[in-house]
Amino acid sequence: MATVEERAEPGRRGVSSEVLRGFFREMLLIRRFEEKVEERFRAGELPGFLHVAIGQEAVATGVCAALAREDVFASTHRAHGHAIAKGTSVDKIMAELYGKAEGCSGGYGGSMHLYDLEVGNLGANAVVAGGLPGIVGAALAFQMREEKRVAVAFFGDGATNTGTFHESLNLAQLWKVPVIFVLENNGWAESTPAAQQLPLPVDQLGKRAAAFGMKLIEADGQDVEAVYLAALAARDHALAGKGPVLLHVRTFRLTGHFVGDPQVYRDREALKQERETKDPIRLLGARLELSDEDFAAIDAEVTAEVEASVEFARAGTDPKPEDALKYVYA
Amino acid sequence: MRELTYREAVRDALVRALRRDESVFVMGEDIAEMGGSMAVTQGLLEEFGPKRIRNTPISEMAIVGSGIGAAIQGMRPVVEIMYEDFLTLSMEQLVNQAAKHRTMSGGQVKVPLTIRTQGGAGWSPGAQHAQQLESWFVHVPGLKVVFPSTPEDVRGLLWSSIYDDNPVVFFEHRTLYPIKGQVPTELEPIPLGKARIHRVGEDVTVVATGRLVHEALQAAEAAEGEGISVEVVDPRTLLPLDEETIVGSVRKTTRCVTAHEAVTRGGFGAELAAVIQHAAFDWLDAPIERVGAKFSPLPFSPVMEQWVVPHAADVLEAIRRTVARS
Repeated sequence: MATVEERAEPGRRGVSSEVLRGFFREMLLIRRFEEKVEERFRAGELPGFLHVAIGQEAVATGVCAALAREDVFASTHRAHGHAIAKGTSVDKIMAELYGKAEGCSGGYGGSMHLYDLEVGNLGANAVVAGGLPGIVGAALAFQMREEKRVAVAFFGDGATNTGTFHESLNLAQLWKVPVIFVLENNGWAESTPAAQQLPLPVDQLGKRAAAFGMKLIEADGQDVEAVYLAALAARDHALAGKGPVLLHVRTFRLTGHFVGDPQVYRDREALKQERETKDPIRLLGARLELSDEDFAAIDAEVTAEVEASVEFARAGTDPKPEDALKYVYA
Repeated sequence: MRELTYREAVRDALVRALRRDESVFVMGEDIAEMGGSMAVTQGLLEEFGPKRIRNTPISEMAIVGSGIGAAIQGMRPVVEIMYEDFLTLSMEQLVNQAAKHRTMSGGQVKVPLTIRTQGGAGWSPGAQHAQQLESWFVHVPGLKVVFPSTPEDVRGLLWSSIYDDNPVVFFEHRTLYPIKGQVPTELEPIPLGKARIHRVGEDVTVVATGRLVHEALQAAEAAEGEGISVEVVDPRTLLPLDEETIVGSVRKTTRCVTAHEAVTRGGFGAELAAVIQHAAFDWLDAPIERVGAKFSPLPFSPVMEQWVVPHAADVLEAIRRTVARS
């Protein structure tokens, strides 16, 4: 977390380059983790199916950096970045993807159900918008007990078309509970583009907040500093008892919906251009004027961390088959 | 002992839990000033205030879902879904979230949530205000399902549901709210998963739930006059199920009738029949008879409604059929 001095209003550049370098390192860690996950999946080493957050790293890092350890969040099917950014080790996440007992969900959850209660990860959710009502309830508990904590829900633009989204924002605003609804707007609902699934222009999706009388804060989701400052402002708003915030960040999914998605629905040239102009890591690197040596040093560090996580996961323990029934009931 | 109606018994459990600790709160549609559409929560707002007795918007998904979220944070919410027909609107949260969080998290999460709801025919509400959907939830690992039929049971079981660390779907039957019964002066918790033998008999076991417990007791009375001795067992908790008591009873009587108001096909009676035939096959002297509603959405007209749902006469007929086999 940033110190109070580093806090600034959205739009103002107020974050030290030291903090930004920390963000850079974390975003690159997420990127290298996701690339490794793609590689190991294609090699047939990982069961299930996977969604990676390449291109959306600044959202995870920017939002989670603004949160306190005791704040909680719920994630989506595209969860690895959020989990890393909130403080779960890549070892535990990778072990989960390998289905090992050392995984952050003990091998019971998998990629789409990463949990880590110690750092406030209440679970990634494979049902679009499925985590939102629970986050409202968590915030309600904080409000009733007068705890200074916020609850955060990550979800995409596709989720804003569900009834769950509308019921959740409606209830949260009605009760003024401390929630930050992080709308990670990448303009795709799986393979369906914004124009076929959103009644509003994709960049204006934040207008949804007005229907609930909810505070809207918007930021460029490819600019980690902007996301971070916006999330700090959202957290302050929520903790001040002023109610929830819709934090709308426009971001870009620079890969397919799932690992192995041939993306037949996507314009190749546009994707190429997005990769060149919208990569949040490249943008931050340029802003920090990182030298090639600086970049290589950070890259070597995070790559080693990811490699070690694969070794950790491979050396992990398979759960006993009969342990499947261990947690059906408390 | 004191006398309470079924409705008062539910309220008594709620009041005692609300007094006992701050983690318990109640939310649902019209449950505050109005006291609930079935008047169960009357007076709660006055004693406990709007923070703990919370009216909600008409948002079943958000009601159940926010209950889940609060429960994970250590609260013990009791949410009311006005009619069990409306549970269908909250199914995603119930089935995908409440039931699965604990397993998906590898045991990190507990969901001590109670979802009270009610339904039942007998007053011509039509097809969307009287379904009996309890068996749907018995199919979902991670949920518990409770369906009490008497004031004493509804009070003791609601208490245990509130203090259970798992999500419990708690069914009340609309036509039972006014019935009276003796309850202990002090609330005695009734453990989940324990059946009650309402009437001891020798020839046939009727395993009945909800309103049909009372219909079965009437049928048993009538059968007695015909020289047939009937044992009536109410599982009270459908999940987990007290198989020992039920199977033990059938092994003794050698004949069995299951009875519930829900439609027969795919109803809880099917599960009971499967459990019983497997565990008591060599004891059975007749096929297990199932009594339930005819396979139809509930029609409005009272004469059609009454024809569709089962009554004591249907249970009695089924009892006679099992006896006629041997």
